[in-house]
Amino acid sequence: MKHLIPEFERIKARYPAGRESSLVLPCLRRIQEDRGFVADSDVDDLVAWLGVPRIQVEEVLSYYTQFRRKPIGRWHVQACRNVSCSMRGAERMIDHLARRLGVRPGETTADGRFTLSTVECLGSCGTAPVVVVNETYHEDMSAEKLDRLLEGLK
Amino acid sequence: MPGRQLLMTFPVTATSHTLADYRARGGYGTLDMVLRTMKPEQVTKEVAASGILGHGGAAFPAGRKWQVVHLDDGQPHYLCANADEGEPGTFKDRWILENAPHLLVESMAIAAYALQVRNAFVYIRGEFDLPYRRLAGAIDEAYDAGLLGPNILGTGFALDLVAHRGAGSYVCGEASGLLTSLEGRKGYPRNRPPRLTVRGLYQRPTVVNNVETLSNLAGIVAMGAEEFKKIGTAKSPGTQLVSISGHVNRPGVYELEFGYPVAKFIYEDCGGVLGGAKLKCIVPGGISTKVLTAPEIEPVTYDHASFQKAGSGLGSGGMIVIAEGTCMVRLLQVMLRFYHHESCGQCTPCREGMGWMHQIIDRIVGGDGRPGDIDRLIQISEANDGTTICGMGDAAGYATVGILAKYRDEFEYFVEHKRSRFDGRLEVPVHA
Repeated sequence: MKHLIPEFERIKARYPAGRESSLVLPCLRRIQEDRGFVADSDVDDLVAWLGVPRIQVEEVLSYYTQFRRKPIGRWHVQACRNVSCSMRGAERMIDHLARRLGVRPGETTADGRFTLSTVECLGSCGTAPVVVVNETYHEDMSAEKLDRLLEGLK
Repeated sequence: MPGRQLLMTFPVTATSHTLADYRARGGYGTLDMVLRTMKPEQVTKEVAASGILGHGGAAFPAGRKWQVVHLDDGQPHYLCANADEGEPGTFKDRWILENAPHLLVESMAIAAYALQVRNAFVYIRGEFDLPYRRLAGAIDEAYDAGLLGPNILGTGFALDLVAHRGAGSYVCGEASGLLTSLEGRKGYPRNRPPRLTVRGLYQRPTVVNNVETLSNLAGIVAMGAEEFKKIGTAKSPGTQLVSISGHVNRPGVYELEFGYPVAKFIYEDCGGVLGGAKLKCIVPGGISTKVLTAPEIEPVTYDHASFQKAGSGLGSGGMIVIAEGTCMVRLLQVMLRFYHHESCGQCTPCREGMGWMHQIIDRIVGGDGRPGDIDRLIQISEANDGTTICGMGDAAGYATVGILAKYRDEFEYFVEHKRSRFDGRLEVPVHA
């Protein structure tokens, strides 16, 4: 984490002075973006740099669904399964993805290329069904579009 | 577009979100006028006089919220835009963040001046990638142009604005949970009182407004409360960005002037039900609002009073269109799975109740429904109501009771025959 400290200092400048606690989420997000997950050593370093209780960082990591403590596949394929997406074919999309990748939601392919997850509403209901790969939204999905998308992810 | 427009007033292009384009549309002129010619109290007075209601779901008058903050109390005040848009069926704030981020920034600067805020925040849900990049880009552009920072437009007014990302939690869309999260902790909502305008972020007076509510402010201040009140209805002035999805031909975000006929909106403006199917019902404003059947929506106009009279609410403006032939049992299952997933676990009735309801609906859908299961869902909903710190458990109950009140026969059929009357369909049935 230590190499990110100059960046963290820049983030800090726009927050009120003395409110380092507010930096827990932004810093953890940046760490995860950098490493792919949040390692124990990152927690140690962040606790030391921010001066917040370790339990606070641990709680945040276990509470929010986007944080990970372990590495996952190179491409994180997240399919929404909430109301509007289900009404526009999300269940078929998820079955298709599972068949195609040979894994169930929550699992990673043996080659470490893909992790499949199901997620709740992503605010893409008007362009349902939606699949998010890493950070990027892919909307109005169909089985054919999914196949093309997966082929492009090496 | 149905009725007058206040926000969707420009064509969306590859550059319409940038500072240059926003300025070409007259952007930041209102902020300049406010900082040079108005006192903070005057701005608040104008907003209060406009009668604008919160657009996040609770429809609380924005001006009244602001008036709780005392400018001379010697404490720091904070302002936060709620961009944790997560109510299923809702994606209107995303439209603003992606297409008009400077409108939000300018409006927040005006609000910050009115409330004498030095530090303001946009709490944006962690999944919103493009909206975040657009907003963060707009904030950077505004800093570079002297529209944010220590000396805005050379007037001496100072404001720092941060786009703060969440990390996946529905409950953080509730204003107190949002502030707890912004303080760097798990997003547990807090008991009120004290109100957040008395003790909010870092225990200081804090105003949390929805993105759309805030984005209306530049327009309200520019045109004046009197002009604004001429738009919409007497009790619901202005417009609402409606996100419409589900079994509808033209889903998307539409700006509706309050008072517009709902049936006309669905059947004409949005092209009617997908595949020419008949309308079964709608979820009017996010899944926490009670469903309204096709006949029930006929007399409804798009405003708070009319939805209330029909026995529901316009909530977050997230409308879901449901076609005839859709299985309401499966639909409720999707909803209850969501609520169970999102319960933060702080309050026992919600933590246990959501799991229990989810278990019951799974049992029914699995063909193992028992006599009494349907009444049990209603009992849990009613027993939870009002017992928790935030409204999430209540909302799950409203959704459940709302569906059961109108489609109980489908649930009874499922329990008795161990299968759906509509083959468990969630998609529009394909007619052979």
